[in-house]
Amino acid sequence: MLYKIWMSIVKEFLLLKRDLGGLIILFIMPLILVITVTIIQDSTFKTVSDNKIQILLVDNDKGSVSKTVFDNLQKNNAFDIITQIDNQPITEEVAKENVYKGKFKLAIVIPKDLSVDLQAKVDQNVQNIVSKMGFTDSIAEPKTSKVLQQKEVKLYFDPAVQMSFKTSVMNAIDKMISQIETKSIYTTFQNQLGEENAQFEQKSFITFKEIIPRINNKEVLPNSVQHNVPAWTLFAIFFIVIPLSINIVKEKSQGTFVRLLTNPTSNLIIIIGKTITYLMICMIQFYMMVAVAIFLFPHIGLPSLNVEGHLFLMSVVALFSGFGAIGFGILLGTIASTQEQSAPFGATSVIILAAVGGVWVPVFAMPKIMQIIAKSSPMNWGLEAFYDVLLRNGSFVEIIPKISLLFLFFIITTSIALFYDKKKRTV
Amino acid sequence: MNSIIKIESLSKKYKDAEMFSLNDVSLEINEGQIFGLLGPNGAGKTTLISMLCGLIKPTSGHFTINDLDYSHHAAKIKKIIGVVPQEYALYPTLTARENLHYFGSMYGLKGSDLKDKVIETLDLLGLLKFADKRIETFSGGMKRRVNLIAGILHNPKVLFLDEPTVGVDVQSKNAILDYLKVLNQNGTTIIYTSHHLAEAEDFCDTIAILDQGRIYAQGTPSTLIASVEEARNLEEVFISLTGKDFRDAI
Repeated sequence: MLYKIWMSIVKEFLLLKRDLGGLIILFIMPLILVITVTIIQDSTFKTVSDNKIQILLVDNDKGSVSKTVFDNLQKNNAFDIITQIDNQPITEEVAKENVYKGKFKLAIVIPKDLSVDLQAKVDQNVQNIVSKMGFTDSIAEPKTSKVLQQKEVKLYFDPAVQMSFKTSVMNAIDKMISQIETKSIYTTFQNQLGEENAQFEQKSFITFKEIIPRINNKEVLPNSVQHNVPAWTLFAIFFIVIPLSINIVKEKSQGTFVRLLTNPTSNLIIIIGKTITYLMICMIQFYMMVAVAIFLFPHIGLPSLNVEGHLFLMSVVALFSGFGAIGFGILLGTIASTQEQSAPFGATSVIILAAVGGVWVPVFAMPKIMQIIAKSSPMNWGLEAFYDVLLRNGSFVEIIPKISLLFLFFIITTSIALFYDKKKRTV
Repeated sequence: MNSIIKIESLSKKYKDAEMFSLNDVSLEINEGQIFGLLGPNGAGKTTLISMLCGLIKPTSGHFTINDLDYSHHAAKIKKIIGVVPQEYALYPTLTARENLHYFGSMYGLKGSDLKDKVIETLDLLGLLKFADKRIETFSGGMKRRVNLIAGILHNPKVLFLDEPTVGVDVQSKNAILDYLKVLNQNGTTIIYTSHHLAEAEDFCDTIAILDQGRIYAQGTPSTLIASVEEARNLEEVFISLTGKDFRDAI
């Protein structure tokens, strides 16, 4: 039996070796995938980006508030503030047209008299408070209250920009405006009460700090590489479904599978041979991607993958993810009648599994129903196991449930394939 | 002579099919025979061979090979039978030697026994100098010969051949049939299907003519010819029994 398995492995490797194009796709494409995706996603993790986003600023205020907004945006290296087009100050109409045509991602329109009206509003409020507190003798008489309309800072977004970008920009501007308002209030109080009565500390009293997990007394700062390499490695491992299912379909169409059925060799031995071969390929893919992430990434401006103390457990996760992918590939190859069925179905189903599993969008950000579905995706089990090891410093015990599910998935899919094949022959 | 294959009331009706592909067939094939199964397209020849090889299950009926029942002794039967399918059941990107080493190992052969047997049979069928060439570069006749070798490496007691000479040149056909005769002389029982009636007349010692899933006649070529008035050869017997209508079916 062992000799038969060995010969099956030799045969599978020979078949792969003879298909040079397939071999290149099998090993090179996952590397290109992980490099490309990590480079693209790295910019979202970086605080400093080489590619600045151009923002149109329409300053109808020309006061201290608009100056503060301009200065704060200018300080942010992610933005390039444009106040003129063709040496002409930008009007709201021009800004709107340019943004809606997609020439710029965002325009901020600061309304007329914002600085003056904000100060007037703050003065009114402060005077009211101060007078209620009985300080009216020591300060000027309150002026007659003027009714001030609420001011609106308008934002125009390119319709093509993503919601996440819109939300983060809106939050940043909201925070900036709040700070300006707060500062105005403090300054007015200070002026009303006199310098000697009030010295306000205008810095925020409450700040926040992210406490980063420490492993071996070192802070593990999550970066694009730590997130992306496991996710896309898993994606590449699952792409083994395509060559494996094509391999099985080819055996059926060539007639070699029929010959094997007439041999005194059980179908299980043939499947074990394929499983071992393709597991080896999965592991080679995995180590190649890890090697690229450790040694090549620093040379192309990306952080190096930190696998210190994790490589063994990561290998275990990769191995069991390989089992999951191979089980799916065997099932697909058994059910499909042609390569035209197996290849597109394999590719799209892997993409669906990746999407559902949280490779692109984190599971917590998905709708409730998708979160439930995600929990049943083998790619989610693999991804969570990788994150447990790499980002949460998890031990073997913590990944047992996830790798057990992956192995169970392999057993179930392979059993269905064997049962289906047997059933098909009783037609 | 002992019967090596006993078939009793074997029937097969495929799922969703209107008619039986094989209908109540009973047959005995003796050890050492070259038994020809002849019939027009759709007669049931491949269905019968597929059932005897264990590829599909019968709807009803029963058969034994070497007194072994397939439902209980599938593994034992598979060890003593060899199958040469109609299509080239080989890996095109592997060499002839690699294909034969692999299929031989699946029959339990290994080491020098396997290597020597591969060399010996490749040599006998004139293919030794092409042993390390890929199958995809072979002509139809060469592929047929490798296809045959892959089914006989383990010296089967019973050999099933489904149209082993279809689409090959005369030289390859003669090489194949000569080799099969040698195998038969060494004790292998051969069950063979073909559309080449003249070839079957020369090659087989017993023939069964199948049509519409039933056996219409059975006997030696000479007794079959003698049984039909004015028939001079097997083709005339065949036409007389099965008619001239096309058997086109989808």
